[in-house]
Amino acid sequence: MKSAMEMDLYRLTIHEAHDLLTRGEVTSVELTSAVFDRIGQVEDRTGAYLMLVKDRAMAEAKAADEVIRQGTGGPLTGVPLAIKDILCTEGIRTTCGSKILENFIPPYSSTVVNKLKKAYAVIVGKTNMDEFAMGSSTEHSAFMVTRNPWDLTRIPGGSSGGSAASVAADECIGAIGTDTGGSIRQPASHCGVVGLKPTYGRVSRFGLVAFASSLDQIGPITKDVTDCAILMNEICGYDPNDSTSVPREVPDYTGALQAGLKGLVVGIPREYFAGGLDEDVAQAVNAAIKVIEGLGATSKSVSLPHTEYAVAVYYLIAPAEASSNLARYDGVRYGFRDKEAEELIQMYRDTRSKGFGSEVQRRIIIGTYALSAGYYDAYYGKASRVRTLIMRDFNQAFETCDVLVAPVAPTPAFRLGEKLDDPLAMYLSDIFTLPASLAGIAGISVPCGFSKDGLPIGLQILSKHFDEEKLIRVAYNFEQATDFHTKRAKL
Amino acid sequence: MKITREEVVHVAKLARLNLDEEAIDLYTRQLGDILTYMDTLNRVDTKDVPPTSHAIFINNAFREDEVKASVPLERVLANAPRSEDGSFVVPKVIG
Repeated sequence: MKSAMEMDLYRLTIHEAHDLLTRGEVTSVELTSAVFDRIGQVEDRTGAYLMLVKDRAMAEAKAADEVIRQGTGGPLTGVPLAIKDILCTEGIRTTCGSKILENFIPPYSSTVVNKLKKAYAVIVGKTNMDEFAMGSSTEHSAFMVTRNPWDLTRIPGGSSGGSAASVAADECIGAIGTDTGGSIRQPASHCGVVGLKPTYGRVSRFGLVAFASSLDQIGPITKDVTDCAILMNEICGYDPNDSTSVPREVPDYTGALQAGLKGLVVGIPREYFAGGLDEDVAQAVNAAIKVIEGLGATSKSVSLPHTEYAVAVYYLIAPAEASSNLARYDGVRYGFRDKEAEELIQMYRDTRSKGFGSEVQRRIIIGTYALSAGYYDAYYGKASRVRTLIMRDFNQAFETCDVLVAPVAPTPAFRLGEKLDDPLAMYLSDIFTLPASLAGIAGISVPCGFSKDGLPIGLQILSKHFDEEKLIRVAYNFEQATDFHTKRAKL
Repeated sequence: MKITREEVVHVAKLARLNLDEEAIDLYTRQLGDILTYMDTLNRVDTKDVPPTSHAIFINNAFREDEVKASVPLERVLANAPRSEDGSFVVPKVIG
């Protein structure tokens, strides 16, 4: 057996790293150095990080080693993690992938980052993302392109593409992403890692740069389901600073890692297997359903009849909320200001036009239009009513099913540039992740196979509100019965 | 529904965005396609269906009205493009 020092430490999962750290076989300083060495080897190809904070990270690792030595560490103590650059980090630049926040240094940290710090996790850096999380490919970042570690000519997914790529390329031990319409699940699926979007209200959004406030949620992106449960334990819970977080006890999600699947009813929503689904994806997901049945679960066909309207509903509601949230970027209090204008309104306009990228401007225009006098009822109002019907579909399905299983995305990762000039085509690729976001329910993506071209495919599992334990239970049992999670991109 | 060039210009004005001629043409075309797609919603009967603006039921998230410390002024102003004497400085408002 190899000693700890001979292993590629950067390949470890959170729970493996924790075991070695606790047993004193490695130190956080060694582990963190190994992660930075790995970043040095592959980052020029993946482009996962917008910023690295090595000096801070090494200091945090040293402090964590002291905590471990005293025996007061927890499951994340000394573990190097990557944070999507949409979460405020006190004293560390937080750009949200936008020129308008290029030099923004938050005066406070988001609640999730504070929780991770309190757990003595080590923060490696801030990961790339679509500007203001608006996108499905990370190509809308104002700063750089992130490439899929499995095929460098393809997108990593988005908007948490940097976080998913950093996990898939072993440039961190685990990561935090955010999901508004699929931005954790879809990149996790495309990069062959695990990603969980918690129920809306499960995790505090305080210090998360707002995109669409009724949809945004923070969650883990990890190498396996066990790690996902460990991170959930740390980040969930009510926060007085976020009045939409729900005052509800947080269970120990690692308790869901052993139950088996006997007696569980798994719903297969017909609408997610209709035309347009890639053959390899269909095959992988159907095979996964067979595995889950083999583990003792019963499956049944269900219908979510309003699924086809989710893209239209989401791409009215999310831009409407965004157009309001992004009104704050006016060049007055923080962020970029275009200094040439001599008059206030012109300064607003110059600042916003130069500071926002084209996709953000497009969504601001759609959202402003959908909310404007004369169109509010026809667009925003109509979308909000159809949203109710989408929620009712799920409520009905969960009356007879414990979880639903479906594809995450209609195809594996597409090529860089493929949908960049066709925004509607890009929006339509989100069809299978948007409904759960609109309903505020929880969803996980777990690796379930590969396309003929060797691209990862994810299985999406959905639960009703606050039933993440069931997602973790099904995902864990599936993972343990298969070996997809052990495969790594060759870089 | 198609969106007209004039509507794009009007909405951009409301959203405080400058669009050049090329951008106006591009957004008129792209938003036309997108809004035409949104018209599929008209196939759904939503009579008697209430709107949803929030997916989780939370009733009156009240807290005590207590005075608490906030971020110090100088740290707030540290990110301002221009500040002076504890205030944000902006270009003249009235021409």
